Amino acid sequence: MARKLESTFGNMLVVLTTIGLASAFALGFTYNKTRTEIEAASKKKQEKIIREVLDGIAFDNNPIAEKYTVEGFDKIEIYPAKQGGQLAGAAVKSVSPMGYAGNVWLMVGFKVDGTINKTAVIEHKETPGLGTKMATSWRDQYNGKNPERNDIRVKNDGGEIDAITAATISSRAFSDAVRKAYDAFKKGGTQ
Amino acid sequence: MNLLKEFTKGFLKENPILVLLLGMCPTLAVSNSAINGLGMGLAATFVLVCSNTVIALIKNLIPDKVRIPSFIVIIASFVTIVDLSMQAFTPLLSESLGVFIPLIVVNCIILARAEAFASKNGLIASVLDGFGMGLGFAGALTLLGAIREILGDGRVFGIPLFGDNPTTILIFILPPGAFVALGLMIAFVNKYVKKTA
Repeated sequence: MARKLESTFGNMLVVLTTIGLASAFALGFTYNKTRTEIEAASKKKQEKIIREVLDGIAFDNNPIAEKYTVEGFDKIEIYPAKQGGQLAGAAVKSVSPMGYAGNVWLMVGFKVDGTINKTAVIEHKETPGLGTKMATSWRDQYNGKNPERNDIRVKNDGGEIDAITAATISSRAFSDAVRKAYDAFKKGGTQ
Repeated sequence: MNLLKEFTKGFLKENPILVLLLGMCPTLAVSNSAINGLGMGLAATFVLVCSNTVIALIKNLIPDKVRIPSFIVIIASFVTIVDLSMQAFTPLLSESLGVFIPLIVVNCIILARAEAFASKNGLIASVLDGFGMGLGFAGALTLLGAIREILGDGRVFGIPLFGDNPTTILIFILPPGAFVALGLMIAFVNKYVKKTA
């Protein structure tokens, strides 16, 4: 068996530099190869979610192309749905930091009068089996509610949302994100 | 050297989770469902085989004093490659494993095998060692995930076993349940299996 290289300064410098360069090259190569795929996958996912929450609303524009943000609502993005130039509703990407394990990202679809059409979960890190139930039919209770008339808070907080059993914090975060989406849509929606 | 033994020792006799007790952090964190355990296990296996291969090939070129930084750079590169590839080609799986894939970097099983085995043994033995250890890790993780999912959520691999709304032992999918389930598995292995070692 060949002898190991001595641990001299020169040897160490050359070896670490070479390994670093080789790794950088391999990573750059992989990144370039996968970049378009990753972007396409995330764009496709976003389109699918927007379509899902706007289900039942007729629109003929491209909501993603007309995306806008509202001042004072950090990280919230609004995708307006228009029919013949008239606003028909919007998909609002919203986030609440109040989740049990960090941010809860939602897409909320609104009809033009602010009534909630449908909701979808984009990303969250809630406890499997508890908070993850937010992605089930539990969230159907939001459909048809209008935050102007309905109190979108969990019952523990005095609102009218039934929290998920053993996941009140996740339910609270979900409601928080829905309310923020509504506020942003109301503030910027009629523009 | 008995090559078959290098391959099979990871399954039970030197199982990284149940006997060596390595990589406890990802073990406890991702084993809340069987599919997470399996995905994490397979991704770790891939990284383990690749890093063992490269390290066995270049072990004589790495001066002793910088071997750990060299291993870490090599391992981190493979993990990033796996992460990017999964995001690109299996977006659904990548979504459900989320942050756990990048965490393979700090999984000490991989560094431990690089340091304790690949840097001292030949290429073929190192590849087999990586495969065996990786599959042992994946197997134990999947089993632990399945136990926790069945007891805590009434399902296995997402398939309901006891109807729609079973009464479950919630604590098993919460972090404390990971310790309890893992402890019981290790106790079982200690009592019934380890004697042959």
